[in-house]
Amino acid sequence: MNSDTASKSLRTVPREKAFYFFTSIGNYTGASASSLKEFMEKINEVNVKSLEFHLYRGDFEKWMAEVLQDTELASDIKKLQKLSLTGNGLRDQLSFTVSRRYKRLTSQPATSRF
Amino acid sequence: MKLKNGAVRLDATDMEILRALQENCRETYGAIGKRLGIAHSTVYDRIRKMEQQKVIQNYTAIIDVQKVGVRNISSIMTVYADPKEIERVAEKLASLPEVLEAYTSVSEELLIIAKVSAASQEDLHEFIANSVAPLPGVSRIRTSIITKKFKETQFSIANASERLHL
Repeated sequence: MNSDTASKSLRTVPREKAFYFFTSIGNYTGASASSLKEFMEKINEVNVKSLEFHLYRGDFEKWMAEVLQDTELASDIKKLQKLSLTGNGLRDQLSFTVSRRYKRLTSQPATSRF
Repeated sequence: MKLKNGAVRLDATDMEILRALQENCRETYGAIGKRLGIAHSTVYDRIRKMEQQKVIQNYTAIIDVQKVGVRNISSIMTVYADPKEIERVAEKLASLPEVLEAYTSVSEELLIIAKVSAASQEDLHEFIANSVAPLPGVSRIRTSIITKKFKETQFSIANASERLHL
């Protein structure tokens, strides 16, 4: 993984590029994430219906790939769709996947990241 | 002459002309005049005056969107927002072409109610996710998709004569 990938994945994006958590079409929960760190926190707080809604629409992987430009994490999240998880099982697995990626990105020496 | 709340003072003839126009705005001055027992020039003058006073704001065609064949779904969107930002949010929503109507309202808390039109549910979601949720001050959004229309009409002078202060 190069430092450019890590810095892109870990950056804070402007509010118009943030991820907004919905529970269904047009129903916004009020939770949003402007960075991977914030995303990692919010997926442990939001209604699990929101996680189900976004995972199976492909919204998480799209945001990871297009906004954070982290295709590796996008690919890992896409794989979760095949497990057909729901409820807290989904939350736990998603949280594990994102946390693992976050730890890998932040464990790089600071000088190579920025 | 304007009344205290910004209303314009209108007499019974003006009200009858408005009633006629609300029923059919393509009716001729002559036909309206004949019905009301006044000259067509009087009808013309009064309509011109009410146009200038913005009592009459527009003449428009009501179109059956389904018959035109345009893909369209309508929804009622309720936006909860920080009271300090609610006017700004409502003004921004009002400027967006997808928003057909927008109102501020109060129930247990201050909120915005808007009627939104989109080509599909996916387009509706994209619009709300990309253009409404990111607005500063928006705290949450509830959206109901309209499945069937039972009535849609404008405020009618004919049905509200007892509420008029002539």
